[in-house]
Amino acid sequence: MYPWLPNSPENIKKEMLKTIGVSSVEELFKDIPEGARFKGDWNKLEIGLGKPLSEIEIRKFVEKLFSKNKVFMNPPVFLGGGSWPHYVPAVVRYITSRAEFYTAYTPYQPEISQGLMQALFEYQSMMADLLEMEIVNSSMYDWASAAAESFLMAMRIQKKGKTRVLVPSTMNPYHEPVIKAYTEPKGLKIEKVKYDKETGLMDLEDLKEKLSPKDVAAVYIENPSFLGFIEENARAIGEIAHDYGALFIIGVDPISLGVLEAPGKLGADIAVGEGQPLGLGMNFGGPYLGIFAAKWNMRIVRQMPGRIMGLTTTEDGKELGFAMILQTREQHIRRERATSNICTNEMLCALGAAVYMALLGKHGFKKLGELIMYRSHYAAKKLNEIEGVKAPVFKSEFFKEFTVNFDGAGVKYEKIHDELLKRDIHGGLYVGKWFPELGETALFCVTEMHDKGDIDLLVSSIKEILGK
Amino acid sequence: MVFRQAKWEEPIIYELGAPGRIGFLVPEVEEDIKKEVGELKVPEKVARTSPPELPELSEVEVVRHFVDLSQMAYGIDNGPVPLGSCTMKYNPKIAFEIANDPRVMWLHPLQDERTVQGLLEALYMLQKWLANIVGCDVCTLHPAAGAHGELTGTLTIRKYHEVKGQLDKKTEIIIPDSAHGTNPASAAMAGFKVVEIKSAPDGNVDMDALRAAVSEHTAGLMLTNPSTLGLFEEHILEIAEEIHKVDGLLYYDGANLNGIMGYARPGDMGFDIAHINIHKTFGSPHGGGGPGAGPVCVKDRIVDPERNIKLSDLLPGPIVMYDEKEDRYYLKWPGPYSIGMLKAFFGNVVPLLWGFTYILGLGPQGIKEVTEQAVINTNYFTKLLKGTRGYDLPYGPERFRKHEVVFSAEPMAHEVDVTAEDVAKGLLDAGFYAPTIYFPLIVHEALMIEFTDTETKENLERYAARMKEIAEIAYKNPKEPKTWPKNTAKGRIDTAKASHPRHVTPTWRVYRLRKEGKLGALK
Repeated sequence: MYPWLPNSPENIKKEMLKTIGVSSVEELFKDIPEGARFKGDWNKLEIGLGKPLSEIEIRKFVEKLFSKNKVFMNPPVFLGGGSWPHYVPAVVRYITSRAEFYTAYTPYQPEISQGLMQALFEYQSMMADLLEMEIVNSSMYDWASAAAESFLMAMRIQKKGKTRVLVPSTMNPYHEPVIKAYTEPKGLKIEKVKYDKETGLMDLEDLKEKLSPKDVAAVYIENPSFLGFIEENARAIGEIAHDYGALFIIGVDPISLGVLEAPGKLGADIAVGEGQPLGLGMNFGGPYLGIFAAKWNMRIVRQMPGRIMGLTTTEDGKELGFAMILQTREQHIRRERATSNICTNEMLCALGAAVYMALLGKHGFKKLGELIMYRSHYAAKKLNEIEGVKAPVFKSEFFKEFTVNFDGAGVKYEKIHDELLKRDIHGGLYVGKWFPELGETALFCVTEMHDKGDIDLLVSSIKEILGK
Repeated sequence: MVFRQAKWEEPIIYELGAPGRIGFLVPEVEEDIKKEVGELKVPEKVARTSPPELPELSEVEVVRHFVDLSQMAYGIDNGPVPLGSCTMKYNPKIAFEIANDPRVMWLHPLQDERTVQGLLEALYMLQKWLANIVGCDVCTLHPAAGAHGELTGTLTIRKYHEVKGQLDKKTEIIIPDSAHGTNPASAAMAGFKVVEIKSAPDGNVDMDALRAAVSEHTAGLMLTNPSTLGLFEEHILEIAEEIHKVDGLLYYDGANLNGIMGYARPGDMGFDIAHINIHKTFGSPHGGGGPGAGPVCVKDRIVDPERNIKLSDLLPGPIVMYDEKEDRYYLKWPGPYSIGMLKAFFGNVVPLLWGFTYILGLGPQGIKEVTEQAVINTNYFTKLLKGTRGYDLPYGPERFRKHEVVFSAEPMAHEVDVTAEDVAKGLLDAGFYAPTIYFPLIVHEALMIEFTDTETKENLERYAARMKEIAEIAYKNPKEPKTWPKNTAKGRIDTAKASHPRHVTPTWRVYRLRKEGKLGALK
């Protein structure tokens, strides 16, 4: 007997089998050809702990496992790089724990799913206003896969023969292989535009040169960039891209959009990004929220991947209602000619982000963005004061992440990391393996979760480790 | 049975709240920090010029709004959701607690491996359990959804032929006409041409059509077994032989795994690559459309003996490994022959932990019981409904179904113009979610029904009774079904208008700008 399987008691099973007209459950499987059957001892396979467990036993087993993890809260990790330790408001968790939402399927039947569809429409709407773009889909897997799909989309929008996409050399190294895996079969070539060694910003001369053959489908930038600095020439890059007939795609961290200009206002045709900072937690890598938005242009929208909710009315025209829209782009209708194969996405994460955006509202994003910037700048300044430490490496302004170089201290970052760990502090992400020209450099991340005490503890610990 | 869904006249969130309100207090910047940093210098060229047009609500308003909306949604915790091929089963609450534990939420994906040993151990176990369930050798937990797993599969097939230096001639993937739309879409994304083959009247793959389709260009075949008709593919071994003869790979779409666990395993039937939907078969919730998790497992066959490349070397994402000597778990990141990464980090850990807990609770005995329960439910329901006027049971009507059954409302549609959609709306009115309708495409007026292992005998009986009642009404008063649903939050939704270029409204911003005359039709 199993509490999750209501018909498992023998008496019920027997009755059902009798109605079906068989004497045993095995008879229902007799059409499986002999050669295709499983022949070993199923119960001896390593599946779970080899026997059913009660809830109490599950809990005890899992507690032992969880006790082997180290959760950093005081202070939170100083790690970023595409996943960041932002706060998760209680209301977000509360709403995404509503069973009517989380145990629902994709709303194929709109009339009984209106609440879910409205909530997702509101996600699309609030994200659209944050980005200043007109159309937002109801989610992709994450920033990396959203960026990859945006490149494929750009290629479809453009005339045949435009097979290159230009990206910054400083782009997120965790996104790069994803983009390669998605785009390589379609013959798309990803090329890196040089960056200015002093500022980190995109080299505009190199950009123009690479655009000159006029076979570029799109130019992509991140803002803020993976290395933390703000790409202040975003608008100019977009204008140059458009001059050469390329689309302009901006990848964003939405939590920066209270202080940084919206991609729609910077000339982006498509915007993508990572919604994880909007109250979703880091969860060791997923689920996250791929943001995907486009401007009001049928040529662009027709090529969009993913599900989109739309406002409509009931058939009698009397009431407002919601439906999934522009579905002829999607795999269940268009099959091999669909804009993407995506089906299951990250709707519950989109719902969480909707709640988050509603909580912060019109003025919360600016306030939060400023708090983050103050604290990250304080951290960089204090670290920079340590002899042999340089923070940030680049002259440009940054948002929440910044590069910290230890070349002057003559110590490998790995050693500093280990020593910090002994003090229950998790330092930043070593970036030397992707950017050897930066030497012993790590990317540190400071958010609203790191207060002055946390930052001071980090600084004094590094001082101590370096013997300064 | 009387059913009335909540019908709140809930405004769009933009119409709620009042200027000055906020739902979340952002801490003040410490004075010392302000003093130390001075004025913030956001570069003028990229500083936000006007605040986002977001609503202004207090915390309680946000909560009430979304609670009202939740009451106009319907999930498996409300009642039966027998969407065929979606495997909507109960999501155990102990798994909810474990997967949503704040101690998991605060783990960064790039955290030092020494600090996440417990989680890695759990994920390592899950890799092993899944491999055993599907009869494969190595699993990656990296893909975020079923279709993401399919893309992993088709890219792996591509890589297999690339490594063997034969990609230029391996250009086609064979897919049955009963397949999910994601199959051909995933094959196309990996650059393959799709060759569709038809199903035979008994629901099996038409073997003549298959033989005619197989050629030296065949890179692989994608198949779900049991099929979307709920029928076990009886020719699977011959199919595998045909495909392997031309050095193609067999891909198993795990959508219907719930119908065979304990009785047959993809890896034993000749499949080389299999994906698993944790959010279908292993109890993680569907989240209103996601997140899911779509692990991919392979038989570790040799791809290139000279360079010692195995099929598992092609898999994407970090795979959890165990170093016995040091008693330490670690992540193996993609090597030189891997297809790389398909999302930035590990995988969808929250759904994976749901699955982990689900399997932990059931053990091998319970997992097999799950399949037996699901199959009993399908055939019990089929028995109750079969023969009812208005419904037809196409493709091998005498055969037992596995995880699901596909009825057709074609007789009813043909005779009195009451369609599968009308039947669906009639079920909503009784407080049940509808089946998957109009899929698979090879069944006209399809009603694809999958009760899984979750539904009680009593609910199966109620569901069948309601379908019979709908048929009776259809023949007595065929106009009435067109007025359904009546008991849901809204009446029938105008989906055509929703996508019309002049009306299409994907966001409130579009609604607002259009009203202000600032936005034309979508051109």
